[in-house]
Amino acid sequence: MMPDLGKYGDTVMSAYVASIVLLVLLVVISVIRGRHVRAEMDKIEKRVMGNG
Amino acid sequence: MSIWEYANPKKFITTTERVLPVLWAAAALCIGGGLIWGFFFTGDEVRQGSTVKIIYLHVPAAMLAINTWVMMLVTSLVWLVRRHHVSALAARAAAPVGLVMTLIALATGAIWGQPMWGTWWVWDPRLTSFLILFLFYLGYIALWEAIDDPDTAADLTSFLCLVGSVFALLSRYAVNFWNQGLHQGASIMRAEAVIGTDTQEKVSNIFFYPLLLCIIGFVLLFVALVFYRTGTEIRARRIKALMARERVEA
Amino acid sequence: MRDLRLALRAGGGFGLGLAFFLIMTVMVPLSVGPQPDLLASIAPGVLWLGALLACLLSLDRLLALDWEDGSLDLLATAPLPLESTVTIKALAHWITTGLPLVLAAPVLGVLLNLPLAGFKWVVISLLLGTPALSVIGTFGAALTVGLKRGGLLMSLLVMPLYMPTLIFGAEVARRGAIGMDVQTPLLMLAGISAASIALLPFASAAVLRINLR
Repeated sequence: MMPDLGKYGDTVMSAYVASIVLLVLLVVISVIRGRHVRAEMDKIEKRVMGNG
Repeated sequence: MSIWEYANPKKFITTTERVLPVLWAAAALCIGGGLIWGFFFTGDEVRQGSTVKIIYLHVPAAMLAINTWVMMLVTSLVWLVRRHHVSALAARAAAPVGLVMTLIALATGAIWGQPMWGTWWVWDPRLTSFLILFLFYLGYIALWEAIDDPDTAADLTSFLCLVGSVFALLSRYAVNFWNQGLHQGASIMRAEAVIGTDTQEKVSNIFFYPLLLCIIGFVLLFVALVFYRTGTEIRARRIKALMARERVEA
Repeated sequence: MRDLRLALRAGGGFGLGLAFFLIMTVMVPLSVGPQPDLLASIAPGVLWLGALLACLLSLDRLLALDWEDGSLDLLATAPLPLESTVTIKALAHWITTGLPLVLAAPVLGVLLNLPLAGFKWVVISLLLGTPALSVIGTFGAALTVGLKRGGLLMSLLVMPLYMPTLIFGAEVARRGAIGMDVQTPLLMLAGISAASIALLPFASAAVLRINLR
């Protein structure tokens, strides 16, 4: 299944792993912060607008 | 229907959040598909062997690293002229994405060059330019973080983006000039030619289509991330405003 | 008249910048070793880097004094346009920091075993380039003028902006020192300085107005 990467196996694999890790981190961190902020806002909106 | 309707924060959020699930899915499909196609189903290149497979990550990341900054420049100008908060916040949201893309371009570029150059880093013009771009992103993000008042922050970072763009462009030429003065060994020139012109090089069809798919996927991911993150920034700003209101009413 | 005097206040970088330049010149052989050939080859670049860092150091106080005692508000509402004020500030910075560095560079070049041909080109390139450093630095100082600990952030923002000037300036010095043709980098360096002086004050003034709001 794995293609024969020849002598450059480590090179290619490390490039792929590094890039994918970075992309995943970017998305995950964005989503985690996003969820947190969205929850914060719902909470505070209820508080401030609810007593109207 | 003009694009300026989406300058309204609420409309921006409702519209983009309807589209987001599709964007995330499409991005995942294209990137996943492109990488799998390129990694498993394309052959090796004559000079570079299997390292050519790094192209599927390096080229899209490099393209986005630069285009993110261009997008930030445009949105900064829109903010300065038309004062649409969504625009300023979109620039703020995009910056970390550009930073990571630059980092990926740097990492893949350096790793790709290592077998050719024999060292993990070489000050070739392309890599050096991306390193400088990385520093520009860092400074921009740092300035946003340093200033309390959101409007002042938006204004100052917009000016930094403007002036920075000019100097970033200048750096590109300066760095090209700076390196060509070195006595380059044949191996460096070959690697330079390979990495430096991979986007203009006549890439044979076998490599081109998976690469195109990856580029499309990266762009979709960029759009999804910026939409999502701008939504986060809009809400964060609203939280600050509501908290200030709370304090006044208390 | 008072406005002019206020505008000329440059935060006193004179002695500090020179001292830093000297100290850095001493520390380079200490860190890379005293081999004359090595020093000779890196001397043009080191001199440029030292001058650049010395300029950077003295930017911190360029606008800070005026910010703190309210003179900046005065200058903003004075009949003298803020763009001119900012240019005068940059000029004052250059006269008190940049120019002394240009004059000190040949002396320090001796310490670094600068080749004979290099002296002329180090001075010329610094003379052409340090005005750009002052003007660009003034922009950076304007951006961070309101911040409590703005110095470090200012350096982070200004140094990428300095890179084209550094690259071309050091290229002139380096090529001149080994007898190569310097025309291209010299023209680029002059161009960057001229354009910066002509255009950046508008950005600096706009940024100052934003901070003074």
